[in-house]
Amino acid sequence: MPSLKDLKNRIGSVKNTRKITKAMQMVAAAKLRRAQDAAVAARPYAERMTGVMAGLAASVGKSEGAPRLLAGTGTDKVHLMVVMTAERGLCGGFNSTIVRLARAKAHELLAAGKTVKILTVGKKGREQLRRDFGHLFIGHVDLTEVKRVGYVNALAIAKDVLSRFEAGEYDVATLFFNRFQSVISQVPTAQQIIPAVFEGAAQASTVYDYEPSEEEILADLLPRAVATQIFTALLENAASEQGARMSAMDNATRNAGDMINRLTIQYNRSRQAAITKELIEIISGAEAL
Amino acid sequence: MANTLQFDLVSPERRLASVQATEVQIPGADGDLTAMEGHAPTITTLRPGILKAISAEGTKTYAVTGGFAEISASGVSVLAERAVPVDEVTTAMLDELIAEARAAASSAVAANRDSAEKLVNDFMVLRTATGH
Repeated sequence: MPSLKDLKNRIGSVKNTRKITKAMQMVAAAKLRRAQDAAVAARPYAERMTGVMAGLAASVGKSEGAPRLLAGTGTDKVHLMVVMTAERGLCGGFNSTIVRLARAKAHELLAAGKTVKILTVGKKGREQLRRDFGHLFIGHVDLTEVKRVGYVNALAIAKDVLSRFEAGEYDVATLFFNRFQSVISQVPTAQQIIPAVFEGAAQASTVYDYEPSEEEILADLLPRAVATQIFTALLENAASEQGARMSAMDNATRNAGDMINRLTIQYNRSRQAAITKELIEIISGAEAL
Repeated sequence: MANTLQFDLVSPERRLASVQATEVQIPGADGDLTAMEGHAPTITTLRPGILKAISAEGTKTYAVTGGFAEISASGVSVLAERAVPVDEVTTAMLDELIAEARAAASSAVAANRDSAEKLVNDFMVLRTATGH
């Protein structure tokens, strides 16, 4: 049975914890709004890009001279997994869900006899994957210093990914990130970026003139499309992270509140018991006289 | 009043402009072109240069690099990797881009050297055009 003083200390410390989680929740809410705005602002570009690429890919993709970024290298022996996670913890299952998906995929590929290489973005995923797949790491992108994810960051990652592809280091590249659905729901997603896949292809409503030729445009735009996909993933991830943190901290705040209530009841009961005990002692002492 | 077309200028991070324009002058990879209402549907890649949109509210000019323009009869959307209003362009910004392009040109393999050097030249022209 903890003493009254212990209980009082305990209540004090839980109250402090609650203040911290409450503050974190509010910070996350503010950041979430900013991240969502950024994601929404980036959407027109990504949508147009995908639309045009889908059209181009549909008309050029099947031909002989299609760029390797679109057609692939002809094999799928070596897989590159780009695992995007957060730089910070305390955001519920955010990092673990991505890592779990990536891990399952890696096991599946390894079991099928493929070679797997892993590029990590964000240090939380790196830490969690190191134990099982540390020997597969080929690189890491650190975004700790980055306050707001910009296109520049995506460009840097894309450059790295593309130069490795050109050097023939891998055949297939997949992005792992959390797609933002709502504050309480983020969906871990695996998206193949090389060879490029464009969903919702060919709404071929208009026939365009291409200048220069379709092939040249495609060759010029494919690397940009990869960068755009990475950028979209980064933004989705940023929004998801803040959303996950917000709901995790909301839960933590509520739990701390419950705990304080329980402890307060316990404290009051003990205090009452102590008073009763003292009274009994006094009364029985008086009776004995 | 002249017929207008919908003009959108989009960068990866945000939408920079969305206006009804009477004409849009685009620095296409194979040469400048002007889009007006009723233009044949065209997709062209951009070279670094000056994009000019003329609308009822006046003329807006942007320095753009990298990306493409999608022209249809009723609208133009320009997707540029970097797009900055001309009066916000700084010498430092251009110098950085030129240095980047130069580095790419010097490390490019023979087959790509021409286009990489063309890119450097385009940036130089852009610098002169913006008066830096």
